[in-house]
Amino acid sequence: MRHIISILLENEPGALSRVVGLFAQRGYNIETLTVAPTEDETLSRLTMTTHGDDRKIEQITKQLNKLIEVVKLVDLSEGQHIERELMLIKVKAVGAQRAEIKRTADIFRGQIVDVSPSVYTIQLTGATDKLEAFIEAIGTAQVLETVRTGVSGISRGEKVLSI
Amino acid sequence: MELLSGGDMLVRALHEAGVEYIYGYPGGSLLHVYDAVYKQSAVKHVLVRHEQAAAHMADGYARATGKPGVVMVTSGPGATNTVTGIATAFTDSIPMVVISGQVMSHLVGDDAFQETDMLGVSRPIVKHSFSVRRPEEIPELVAKAFYIASTGRPGPVVIDIPKDMTMPNERYEYSYPKKVKLRSYTPPQRGHSGQIKKAVELLLKAKRPVIYAGGGVIIDGSSDKLRALVDRLDFPCTQTLMGLGCYPGTGDRSLGMLGMHGTYEANMAMHNADVILAVGARFDDRVTNATNKFCPDAKIVHIDIDPSSISKTIMVDVPIVGPVGNVLEEMMALLDEAGETPDADAIASWWKQINEWRPRHAMRYEKNDNGLMKPQEVIEAMWKATNGDAFVTSDVGQHQMFAAQYYKFDKPNRWINSGGLGTMGFGFPAAMGVKMNFPDHDVVCVTGEGSIQMNIQEMSTCLQYGIPVKILCLNNGSLGMVRQWQDMNYEGRHSNSYMESLPDFVALAEAYGHVGIQVKSRDELPQALEDALVKYKDRLVFLDVAVDPEEHVYPMQVPMGSMRDMWLSKTERT
Repeated sequence: MRHIISILLENEPGALSRVVGLFAQRGYNIETLTVAPTEDETLSRLTMTTHGDDRKIEQITKQLNKLIEVVKLVDLSEGQHIERELMLIKVKAVGAQRAEIKRTADIFRGQIVDVSPSVYTIQLTGATDKLEAFIEAIGTAQVLETVRTGVSGISRGEKVLSI
Repeated sequence: MELLSGGDMLVRALHEAGVEYIYGYPGGSLLHVYDAVYKQSAVKHVLVRHEQAAAHMADGYARATGKPGVVMVTSGPGATNTVTGIATAFTDSIPMVVISGQVMSHLVGDDAFQETDMLGVSRPIVKHSFSVRRPEEIPELVAKAFYIASTGRPGPVVIDIPKDMTMPNERYEYSYPKKVKLRSYTPPQRGHSGQIKKAVELLLKAKRPVIYAGGGVIIDGSSDKLRALVDRLDFPCTQTLMGLGCYPGTGDRSLGMLGMHGTYEANMAMHNADVILAVGARFDDRVTNATNKFCPDAKIVHIDIDPSSISKTIMVDVPIVGPVGNVLEEMMALLDEAGETPDADAIASWWKQINEWRPRHAMRYEKNDNGLMKPQEVIEAMWKATNGDAFVTSDVGQHQMFAAQYYKFDKPNRWINSGGLGTMGFGFPAAMGVKMNFPDHDVVCVTGEGSIQMNIQEMSTCLQYGIPVKILCLNNGSLGMVRQWQDMNYEGRHSNSYMESLPDFVALAEAYGHVGIQVKSRDELPQALEDALVKYKDRLVFLDVAVDPEEHVYPMQVPMGSMRDMWLSKTERT
């Protein structure tokens, strides 16, 4: 099962390499990874998605918690949460396709953020499956380049991950 | 407030952290620090002959004293030479602080002379690591390093110090923190009361219980508490390779070691148990054998300070995260409160069963008629000669297993070996670290002619500092454990397990300024041991003892089997 693990990490050099190194060292798989500073400049927020059965995920979270620089950690998939990913996608757009692609982008609430005579660059946000559905709708043959941020997530309701 | 250079701050901070000895080797990036070492006398430095040995010395010191061992090495090769020593300490949860020099900050990343990314190289094998970025933070980082290394599940911590952090002419305010607090690191102080209560209820209902005790008991200094619980409940207690001595090896309730080369009765008791209390042990693959066949009837209680050790390889029924000592104390208190005792009839019939198992193998081995000794009898003789009270270190292989099986450790911290990583070359420097801190005790390194050559250069260090350890080399002219596996699994094809052209160890010991004694047959051994321990009490003695190369270590668990599937001799299987 896919899990979204969200971590408050000391904003220090080398902290990220410990998290990533742990995954490599113990043979865990990272599917997506995103990391950026928070409103508290001493902390970074790191979100990663990984696959595994309950026992494996339990080991992953325990091992992560052992890292001195991991301040707090939550498996967002254990509760109600919101997840988002941002994608910039460059697609071929010529002739009749231009209107079709524009329509599809509108349906997915994407925005065309750059235009050239034969190419549209579209920005799209949403959960991973929505981004994948968009690529499928456009058709992979049309796609020139995709750039995705990886999943960010946050719990629903009052629950917060903070110190 | 006093003004000190970075180098002086480092040495002062080490002193304030309680350091008596630094084991190390100087080099370019640490010259300022070594000058600071020279200018004081509170912290003594021991100059090794190879940096790996410095790490093992610090490790031996830590295992015998319970205090963090300290290593100091220069950048690049100095630092990378400690890697095996750091990994050894990491795997066995040994507190250690490693100070590694680094090139000047402005050269970092330029592939400068003797530059290695030590933090990167050591990252998977440390509990934590720091890089010094401002000289004034040195005291705080030292305090943090010792706190992290020695609390919770202990482990090695590296502090990487670029040379420009230690400039003699740049002085800063020195202040050593009285207390260390890290918001992201809070080792557990006590176990969960509800879980402990559940565990006690389970123990009281047990009919075929076993207490499976590991190195965590020794690390926590809780051997007395374990002993009290075992004796109070009248339960059998088996120890892991790392746990030997946490319950007296000669005690009636001891089943000896369990696992791959454990005793028949320990492995049988585990397999047939209905309740297992695992204390500071981690269900290592050398204990469990095939995990899917592990102890089919047992409910398992597991006490460990590291949550990630729990249900990692074996799912347990009652996990308790906490320091062993505190949890055992609470268990005793609950037993007092409940005033109940386990089912006496059930426990008596369980003991009857165990006592029927005991004679089946009873650590038997056959002696040769021609005087060529079996390794087992050498260990037994050494046990007698040292009254079972020596610090014994070992390297890795057959001799290690024989020492673990035949030297009955009655006290904790006396058996010092690389159990987790299995590092050849560990035993001798570890023995040196022990001897320097226990000068009045016998310290014996049980080794083989293979392992000893991995750090034999330290005989020179021993002469310089007067470290009279005893080296008991079980010389069978081959890499015994490799050879055993080749006998058992490769139809006796001894690929590269025979050591040709061995040095004359006696002459070698003498060349280093020590005493060498060769022992070729059984009748020479008692005198040789007495000479080593009494006549040459204050000298390093290298005992080169010829032993039978054909001998195998038994019992030996059958690969992929359950705990009870064992070879008991070359021909007898359970």
